[in-house]
Amino acid sequence: MSSTISLQESVLHTGHADEHHEHHHHETFISKYVFSQDHKMIARQFLITGIIWAIIGGLFSVIFRLQLGYPNQSFPWLEDFLGHWAKGGKLQPEFYYALVTMHGTILVFFVLTAGLSGTFANFLIPLQIGARDMASPMLNMLSYWFFFLASVIMMASLFVQTGPASGGWTVYPPLSALGEASSGSKIGMDLWLVSMAMFIVSSLLGGLNYITTILNMRTKGMTMTRLPLTIWALFFTAVLGVLSFPVLLSGAILLLFDRNLGTSFFLSDIVVAGKILPNEGGSAILFQHLFWFLGHPEVYIILLPAMGMSSEILSVNSRKPIFGYMAMVASLFAICVLAFLVWAHHMFVTGLNPFLGSIFVLLTLLIAVPSAIKVFNWLTTLWRGNIRFTPAMLFAIGFVSLFISGGLTGIFLGNSALDIHLHDTYFVIAHFHIVMGVASFFGMFAGVYHWFPKMFGRYLNNTMGYIHFWVTIIGSYLIFWPMHYEGLAGMPRRYYDFSNWESFKMFGGLNEFISLVAMIVFAVQLLFVINFFYSIWKGRRVTTENPWGANTLEWTTPIRPGHGNWKGEIPEVHRWAYDYGKDGKEFITQTTPVGADESKDH
Amino acid sequence: MKEFFLVIIVAMIFLVIFQISKASEYVSVLKGEEKSRKQNNKINGFLMVAFLVLGLIGVWYCNELYYGKTLFPQGSASVEGEQVDLMLYITIGVTGVIFVITQVLLFWFAFKYQEKEGQKAYFFPHNNKLELLWTTVPAIFLTVLVVFGLKNWFKFTNDAPKNSVLVEITGHQFAWDMRYPGKDGVLGKKSYKLYNQPLGNTLGVDFEDPESWDDLHTTVMHLPVDKPVKLVINAMDVIHDVGLSHFRMKMDAVPGIPTTMWFTPQYTTEEMKVRTGNPNFVYEISCDQMCGKGHFSMRGVIVVESEADYNKWLASQKPEYFTLHPEKNPGGNNQAVDSTQSAPIAIAVPKSN
Repeated sequence: MSSTISLQESVLHTGHADEHHEHHHHETFISKYVFSQDHKMIARQFLITGIIWAIIGGLFSVIFRLQLGYPNQSFPWLEDFLGHWAKGGKLQPEFYYALVTMHGTILVFFVLTAGLSGTFANFLIPLQIGARDMASPMLNMLSYWFFFLASVIMMASLFVQTGPASGGWTVYPPLSALGEASSGSKIGMDLWLVSMAMFIVSSLLGGLNYITTILNMRTKGMTMTRLPLTIWALFFTAVLGVLSFPVLLSGAILLLFDRNLGTSFFLSDIVVAGKILPNEGGSAILFQHLFWFLGHPEVYIILLPAMGMSSEILSVNSRKPIFGYMAMVASLFAICVLAFLVWAHHMFVTGLNPFLGSIFVLLTLLIAVPSAIKVFNWLTTLWRGNIRFTPAMLFAIGFVSLFISGGLTGIFLGNSALDIHLHDTYFVIAHFHIVMGVASFFGMFAGVYHWFPKMFGRYLNNTMGYIHFWVTIIGSYLIFWPMHYEGLAGMPRRYYDFSNWESFKMFGGLNEFISLVAMIVFAVQLLFVINFFYSIWKGRRVTTENPWGANTLEWTTPIRPGHGNWKGEIPEVHRWAYDYGKDGKEFITQTTPVGADESKDH
Repeated sequence: MKEFFLVIIVAMIFLVIFQISKASEYVSVLKGEEKSRKQNNKINGFLMVAFLVLGLIGVWYCNELYYGKTLFPQGSASVEGEQVDLMLYITIGVTGVIFVITQVLLFWFAFKYQEKEGQKAYFFPHNNKLELLWTTVPAIFLTVLVVFGLKNWFKFTNDAPKNSVLVEITGHQFAWDMRYPGKDGVLGKKSYKLYNQPLGNTLGVDFEDPESWDDLHTTVMHLPVDKPVKLVINAMDVIHDVGLSHFRMKMDAVPGIPTTMWFTPQYTTEEMKVRTGNPNFVYEISCDQMCGKGHFSMRGVIVVESEADYNKWLASQKPEYFTLHPEKNPGGNNQAVDSTQSAPIAIAVPKSN
C-alpha cells in the first residue's frame, strides 16, 4: 500500500520530474498481477476476463444455432455435456431460452461493456492524456474486482438446478418475476439480478474514475480540444454509464423486491399456473421504462468506444488527420445527449401513448444526423490518404462498413409505424447484431491489434490477423444480411422451432446455412484467441517506441512502461493528435513544439 | 464418432493455419519487414475492392433468393398494411441508395488510396461546407420519412372506426382465447379474481353481469372480410404479443393493462390461398414477446371469411354462459340461432377497460 501512496503523492505533488520512479516499487506477484492498482494491469485483467466471457457467450450462440439450423436432428454429445438440458441429444426449450438469455447478457454487459470500455478506458485514458495512473487507482482496482464478483455470480447461475435466467436479456416481468411462469425465473433470476447489481457497482466505480481522470489529470498543454477522439468517446461513454446504470439498479432492486418480498411494483392482475396472485396496482410496463432508460444508452456505451478507437486508427493508418475533429466531438456529444431521450422506441407496441410515441420517433431518427456526420467524416478521412492495411486498420474499416449497414436499418425500426410490423422479428436481430454487436466487436478487435504492442511489448501475428478479419467480416454479413429477409417475412425472434408455423417454416434451409457460417466464424474467433495468448509470450518483439508512427502520447512511453508510465517527466503537449501529413512531414507527435514556419491550420 | 473426427479435423486446420502464420512471420523478418508489409498492403487493398464487388453481387443474389419468401409479393392482407408496405419500399429505396454509395466509397477509397511509393497523404483536417452538407441532407431525408411515418402511426393508433367488429383476445401460457360480445355488442365484465379453472371460467368472466350472458368464448378467431375489426388485448399471466404479420400489425398483451389494435382484413383465407399459391395458408397469430418455454408454440389461427359465412359461424356458437351453466339455457340452442338475424355487432367500449 505504501508504494501506492508514494506513487499518488508523486503524481499529485511533482507531476513531473520524479526520477525515483524507476526503482521504487517492491512488487510481489499478488500486488503486480492480482490486486494490481496499475491501470495497465487492470486493463489487461478486464480484457482477458472479457475474452473468457466472449468465448462462453459465443459458444452459447453456437449451441442454440444448432437447434435453429437442425431442428430435427439430435446431437448425443450435447447430452454428454449438458445432461438433462439436452435429453436425448436435443436441446430442451427451457435451456434454449436460457442460452439465448445468457448469450445476450454476457455479450452486452460482460464483454462489450466491461471487456470493451473496461479494457480501453483503463488502458488508454492515462496513457493518452499524459497521466501516471487513474485519479483513484484503488477504486479502479475495486471496479475490476466487483466485475469479477459479478462474473462469479453469473457463472454460478449457469450451474443451478433450475437453470440460469431465461426470460431474455431484457428480463421483462412478470415472466422474470414469477418462478411459476418459467423455471429460469427461480433462483437463476435472483442470481442474475444480484450479479447485475455488482456489475453496476463496478461500472460506476470505473466510470466516475474515468471522468475524474480525464477532467483533472491531463498533462500540461493537453487541452480538451487536443484530446484524441478515443478519449472523447471514452469520456462520453463513462458519462452515459454513470447517469443511466443507476436506473437499471433501481429496476433490478424493485424486481428483487417483487420476487422475494411480496411487493407489487411490476405485478398486477395475474393468474399464473392456475393460481390467482394477490399482487395489485403494479405496472409491468414501468420496468420496461426503467430497463430501457439504461438499455438504450447501453448500446451507445457499447458503440462509442468502438467509434473513438476506429477514428484514431483510421487516422493513424491513413496517415491523414481525422476529418472534422470538432464535428466528430460534437456528434459524439449529440449522440450522448440523444441516447437518453429515445428509450421508449423499444416500446412502441406496448400500448404506449401514441403522442409520446411520436416524440420518440422524432428524437430517434434525429440520431441518424450525428451518425451520418461520423460516417462521412470517416470516408473523407480515407480519401486521398496513404493507407496502411494493418489488421487494426482493416477492422476499423470493417467497423465503418458494419456501422453503415446496421445503422441504416435503424431508420426502419425507429419509425414507429414500420416498427409495428418489424418489432421483435429477425429484422431486429439483424439490425442490432450488425450495428452494436459485430461493429463494436470490430472496434474492439481494431483496438486490440493496434494497442497490443503497447500492452504486451509484442505484436500479434499479422497473417492470423488478416485471416481473422476477412473470415469474420464475410461471415458476419453472411449470417446477418439474410436475416433481414426473415424479418420482412414476419419471422419472430426467440423461437425455438419454426416447423409448426405455416408462415415461417420456409426458411429452414437458410437457418441451416446461417448456423453453419456461425460455427465457422466462431472457430475463427478461437484462432484470434490462440493468436492473442501465443503472442503475449512468443510474439514478435516490439523494437521501436512508436511502431505505427502515431502522434499520441502513449507511444512516447518506454516499450514496456512500468507503473507510472513515463520515466522522468510527463511530456508536455503542444498540439492536437492528428498532425499527419502536415507540411510534408509524415507525422508530428503531440509532444513536438509548434515550429515557427509551420502552417497555421490547427 | 463423427463429431470426434470433426474436432480432430478442425484442430488440424487450426494447427496448419497457425504454423503457416508463424512461418510467414519468419519469412517477413528475413525478407525485410518493410518489404513484406508493402506486399501485404497490396493484397489487402485488392481484397477490399474484391469484397466490395462480390458483396454487392451477394446483396443482389440474396434478394433473388429470398424476396419471394418475404411478405411483399403477396401484399398486405389488411388495408392499413398497404401503407406499411409503401413505407417499407420508400425507406428501402432511400437507405438502399445511401448504402450503396457509402459502401462503394468506403472500399473504393481504401483500394485507391492504399499506400504507394511516393504518394503523399493530403492534409485535409476540415471543411465546413462539406460538413454542413452532410448534416442537412440526411436531416431533410429523415424529415420526410418521419412525416410520412407519423401520419401512418397516428392513423394506426387512433380509435377504431365506429362500425368495427369487436373481439377480445387474451393470451396466457401458451395459447390464445377469444371472446365475442354477442348480439348486445357489449363484452361482459371480467376480473382475474373470478378465474376458476374447475368451473371452466378460465377468463374470469363475471357471469353476474347480464351483458356477459350472450358472450362467446372461442379458440379460433373468425373475422368478416372488408370490415374493420377492433381487438381488445389482455394477458392472464405474463406479457405476450399479438403478432399479425400478414396484416402488418402487432400489439403487446400486458397483464393488468388492456391494449387495443384495429385493422381491416381485405382478403379471406381462401383468397390468400390463391394469392400465396399455398393451399395450406392460414392467418397465424404469433406470440412476439418472449413468454416462457412454450413461447415458440403459442400459435393462434384467424379465419377471414365472407360476412355471410361469418354470421353463420357466429350463429353456430353457443354462449359461454350456457356452456358453463346449462340449467340457465331456456331454449336449448334456439337462443344461439337467433343471432343469425342480429345486426352486425356494433362497437362498444368493453367493460374491462
